[in-house]
Amino acid sequence: MSQKVLLASKEMNIILQRLACQLIENHDTFKDSVIIGIQPRGAFLANRIYKILREDYGITTIKMGQLDITFYRDDFRRSDKPLEANKTHIDFVVEDKRVIFVDDVLYTGRSIRAALTAVQSFGRPREIELLTLIDRRFSRHLPIQPDYNGRQVDAINEEKVKVNWKENEGEDAVYLISKL
Amino acid sequence: MSELSVKHLLGIKYLNKEDIDLIFETADHFKEVINRPIKKVPSLRDITIANLFFENSTRTRLSFELAEKRLSADVVNFSAASSSVKKGETLIDTVNNILSMKVDMVVMRHPNPGAGIFLSKHVNASIINAGDGAHEHPTQALLDSYSIREKLGEVQGKKVVIVGDILHSRVALSNILALKLQGAQVKVCGPYTLLPKYISSLGVEVEPNLRKALEWCDVANMLRVQNERMDISYFPSTREYVQLFGLNKELLDSLGKKIVIMHPGPINRGVEITSDVADSDQAIILDQVQNGVAIRMAVIYLLASKIK
Repeated sequence: MSQKVLLASKEMNIILQRLACQLIENHDTFKDSVIIGIQPRGAFLANRIYKILREDYGITTIKMGQLDITFYRDDFRRSDKPLEANKTHIDFVVEDKRVIFVDDVLYTGRSIRAALTAVQSFGRPREIELLTLIDRRFSRHLPIQPDYNGRQVDAINEEKVKVNWKENEGEDAVYLISKL
Repeated sequence: MSELSVKHLLGIKYLNKEDIDLIFETADHFKEVINRPIKKVPSLRDITIANLFFENSTRTRLSFELAEKRLSADVVNFSAASSSVKKGETLIDTVNNILSMKVDMVVMRHPNPGAGIFLSKHVNASIINAGDGAHEHPTQALLDSYSIREKLGEVQGKKVVIVGDILHSRVALSNILALKLQGAQVKVCGPYTLLPKYISSLGVEVEPNLRKALEWCDVANMLRVQNERMDISYFPSTREYVQLFGLNKELLDSLGKKIVIMHPGPINRGVEITSDVADSDQAIILDQVQNGVAIRMAVIYLLASKIK
């Protein structure tokens, strides 16, 4: 097993700043916009973006939630163990809001497919956009693409992209892990 | 993630502490789901569940049916009163006929103790026991413990007294097993005629005086007197039962502390508890009912994930 650094802390922070600025370009005051982190790993990225928007750009109107998609996944009973659920925390109405889904790695697109179904339980959003840190292009199973993207990566199926966060793993970094 | 150690839910007796923790954690998520504007998740789209009720039930049956529907399972209902059981069909035949229509899971209530265990040995489906005679009612015990955990933070170390007809109660047996497994202290209180002879072998104490029992406990689970299971008189009169074992507001207020009042339903108002107790803020009877749906969703979800 070998691993390669795709993004180090400094590059990652530049990208996070850029993603936040791209959001501002499109959402202006964020009056009707909400950020929803896809559990479990998307929540870290959502938190980071939220923090940058609030602290660096003074946008305090923005709301953030976490959405768990476990019960909406299409691989229930296909894996050996039960799928582990995480907390869903959305304390605002999604009805008629501009929703920004945030996830760390976009791979097959199935998680986002599940998230699109899951969010319907909280109302009918005006629109939904997708922000990802890493886009593993060429490995999509569904016609889903990000609107805001940190870095495109060409990785084969046997490889794994792992995003580490300072608040969880003690460092900001993205690794390409190869099992070969 | 860990998974349940069992393929069926036949009784608390077959579960371990980790199973109960897993069910509670999963139920936490489902409790959030059933409080959403849209209370349904698509997890069990490809699962068909048969609810077989060979004995009357309102709450449990509705609760199971709602749990199944909120998980998007297909549901078929069956009650013995309007079925071929009356024409002399055996239990295995009835169930195998239903299973041959491609049913994955069976929720069964039956008047005979051990009916679910018997069935699990002879048919190829996951069985959930929704009450078998005076034996076990595992989902009720799980939702009772879950409600205590929700109200008091944890079950371990809590003092619980179960009051009333212990002898005929499947709720009592399942509750005692579940509470002991989680490290709670349990006493039972009721007329000696309604206490099983070997109750102490379950590790519970008998407290014949209701006031003393209530002064000792954190939680009182008030059971109904199951007249339908009594072929003889177990106490002289209902009036006497109420005087000795009925809980009224006056007694509750005189305890000097706020205990939690539970009741598995259906309530006989004025017998085991008075109306003002049942409707007081110390009673969590309706929370129990709401938690019942979340617990049953969790149990069904976890068992369904083992169906291959």
